[in-house]
Amino acid sequence: MQHLIDIKNVHLSYDTASGKLPVLDGFDMSVPEGGFVAVVGPSGCGKSTLTRLIAGLMKPDSGEVWLDGQQVTSPRATVGMAFQNPVLLEWRSILKNIMLPLEIVPTKLTKAQQEERARYLLSLVGLEGFEQKRPSELSGGMRQRASLCRALIHQPDVLILDEPFGALDAFTREDLWQIMHDVKEREPFTGVMITHDLRESIYLADQVVVMSGRPAKTQYVLDLPVTGPRSIDTLYTPEAADMLKILRHQIEVAQGRAPAAQNEGRAPAASNQGSNQ
Amino acid sequence: MSLRKVLIPTLAIVIFLILWEALVWINGWPNYKMASPSDLVPAFKQYWPLFLSMGWQTLWRTVVGLLIAIVVGTLLGMVMGFSKTMREALYPLLVGFNAIPKATVVPIVALMFVGAHDFNTILIAFMISFFPIAVSISIGLSTLEPEYRDILRALGASKATIFWKIALPKTLPEFFGALKVAVTLAFIGTNLMEIVSPHGRGLGALFDSGKTNSDYPLMFAVLIALAFLGIVLYYVVVALERIFAGWAEREPT
Repeated sequence: MQHLIDIKNVHLSYDTASGKLPVLDGFDMSVPEGGFVAVVGPSGCGKSTLTRLIAGLMKPDSGEVWLDGQQVTSPRATVGMAFQNPVLLEWRSILKNIMLPLEIVPTKLTKAQQEERARYLLSLVGLEGFEQKRPSELSGGMRQRASLCRALIHQPDVLILDEPFGALDAFTREDLWQIMHDVKEREPFTGVMITHDLRESIYLADQVVVMSGRPAKTQYVLDLPVTGPRSIDTLYTPEAADMLKILRHQIEVAQGRAPAAQNEGRAPAASNQGSNQ
Repeated sequence: MSLRKVLIPTLAIVIFLILWEALVWINGWPNYKMASPSDLVPAFKQYWPLFLSMGWQTLWRTVVGLLIAIVVGTLLGMVMGFSKTMREALYPLLVGFNAIPKATVVPIVALMFVGAHDFNTILIAFMISFFPIAVSISIGLSTLEPEYRDILRALGASKATIFWKIALPKTLPEFFGALKVAVTLAFIGTNLMEIVSPHGRGLGALFDSGKTNSDYPLMFAVLIALAFLGIVLYYVVVALERIFAGWAEREPT
């Protein structure tokens, strides 16, 4: 299978006052084109570092990051990013905020076409009518939706989401999960999402990668039986409960609170392929 | 602007003048102890051509000093905002420089550039007012959340693009806050030069001549004229702020 994102044996450490702090220690991950991988792991295990590596904002000390058959050494316009903090520019209207990437990335679209695309994306996430509003006039969930539109405006191949819904209340978050599925259907992308929410990971992703504690490597990979759009009800099935239990256990292992041996090599559910690496 | 926005400050000024008048009247102070607003009217009437020409002298030199302070302060702030090394190197120097009372710098400057009165006055106005601007810009730039930079950097934007599109506009509210402080400081600087090293120009010189001639109402009238100019310039800054950083203002809820 052709992988759009390939991360091979990446090592990275930060220079701190007290010496080198290893963050990633032989981390591996692959995402096929059109795939959606959720990365979970204990706090401070280097999840955000991982997004910066894929975006080309950082370089690994050793190992390789490949994107669409090319090694990543610097930022590239084929990536879209959205963070927990929606970082909308308060002095611009929502429409102008969303069109911001098109001022950087070369585009063949005319001004009118750019605006049309921005309006289309806004309607996709249910924000039609808010084009001329200021970010301060929007609720947290609405801002996050606008941030998602901005990440997609230049039709990136890869969408990187760093805890995009982490600051939202539970109901708003479920709304946005649904919107994510809708958006991915109409605006296909290959996604990598960092999250702390295990339910979110199994509801949105095709595959969940558990990072070990710092320095992080790939500890566990869970392939989901259902991929693509799915009903929120799938979260309330015995299979989902099993998967959540396994992921919870893996997080505890990563935190060093549970022995690793117990779940070694065990498949998460009868129909799934889980593997320890 | 609504009527209310003009009416309330005007009313406040009128009440202030009435209280001032009452204070002098009740205490029966002679005008050499404290002139009352009613003493000022004749002073303004008698010297209004002087007030106009001297006021203009003070105003343009203050504005020029302030403009230089904006340019230099912004550049310094950018250097300190973007480079941690420069920030660590320049802060103690700037704080030290700012701590020196400018009244002590006036005679030094006056000796250094003898006779160049306009230049010296502008120089002092600049020296006293660039500090808050430099600090606000540097803090605005250095505290920019990394995500703001990353959304553009991840697309391959240059540092200059990030500065123009994000860092600069995001810093504008802090900049205007500092500019409001700098306006009043610049007036202090101009007048310091005009009073300590008078060349017969500016409201400071008029104040000085009031002092020599024991014309106390004139001295007070100069103070009021200075306050008036300060208020005018302050509101010019407020108007500019509304144009360029009006987005930062929230509707009162």
